[in-house]
Amino acid sequence: MSARRETLLWLAQRASAAVLALCVLVHLATIIIAVQGGLSAAEILQRTRGNVLGLVFYATFVAAAAVHAPIGLRATLGEWLGWRGASRDVALVLFALALAVLGLRAVMGVFGGAA
Amino acid sequence: MELLRAKVWRGAEQGAFQSFEVPRQASQTVLDVVTHIQRHLDPSLAYRYACRVGMCGSCAMTVNGVARWTCRTHVDAVAVGGAIEIAPLGHLPVIRDLVTDMSQFFDKWARARGRFSGSRTRHDDFARIAPEEPERRQADAGIECIGCGVCYASCDLVSWNPDYLGPAALNRAWTLNCDARDVDQLERLRAVGGDAGCHACHAQMGCTERCPKKISPTAGIAGLKRALARAALKGAL
Repeated sequence: MSARRETLLWLAQRASAAVLALCVLVHLATIIIAVQGGLSAAEILQRTRGNVLGLVFYATFVAAAAVHAPIGLRATLGEWLGWRGASRDVALVLFALALAVLGLRAVMGVFGGAA
Repeated sequence: MELLRAKVWRGAEQGAFQSFEVPRQASQTVLDVVTHIQRHLDPSLAYRYACRVGMCGSCAMTVNGVARWTCRTHVDAVAVGGAIEIAPLGHLPVIRDLVTDMSQFFDKWARARGRFSGSRTRHDDFARIAPEEPERRQADAGIECIGCGVCYASCDLVSWNPDYLGPAALNRAWTLNCDARDVDQLERLRAVGGDAGCHACHAQMGCTERCPKKISPTAGIAGLKRALARAALKGAL
């Protein structure tokens, strides 16, 4: 058993969970407050484009999700499908990269560019 | 005379439930029922017990789907409509009828380095550990385990990952982790970390719910995770 690797993964999942807890709360509160006045998609983008704070916040959100989800999925794949070993970890690294790339692409789409 | 309908597992991994009718008695335990069957109805029934008073941990079985000490389980508390179902302890190979092979259960205690490793000899003075020391108290909370296997049979993770060390072995490792006299701490942490060790636990607390000694292996496993995290951050693992 690789105690060190598993411990570091456990720490990473707990730390990312703490970040996600905060991010989800801020995200939900932002959505609820933002739509109070009945904003259109164009009006939302008008407010978010070029917002550096929003970009950093959601990039952090995406990074935390990209770390957290594959580690949880790792246990599920092992227990439910019996898939363990290097092939599972390679697949999950690819999954983590996909989450990060797709998530950051969405963040850039909403927060990137000029205001 | 009031009768209890008892369905009892017969066979090994492959087998079937056999029904018996057993006279009801005041304060009758499930072990009393099994003993009545073996002594009066079918002497070929295989089961295991020793002390009959909740000290030895050898009579654990599955009663109405729940792992229990049969000697400390009153029929009144578990019978449904005048009937009970008695099966061998779960997650362990069945040797015959109600007897399981507990080798893997105890082998995992060994894998978790569940033995004390001291450095003192008979010529040294006693180690002095104050009863109120936090680590002593943490060890106290888990030290009364008698190895009955109820927690192991109640842990879903054991069925999902047969290599998983299980709550009892990890609880034992935790009590040793809290023992200031033990000199094998790091090796033990290495043994209990990993996806077949404490990190596999989902804290569903089936073990804690069912432990007849009211021990919380879940708390011990959480303690091992914290100890491993500290060791990993220090670069000691």
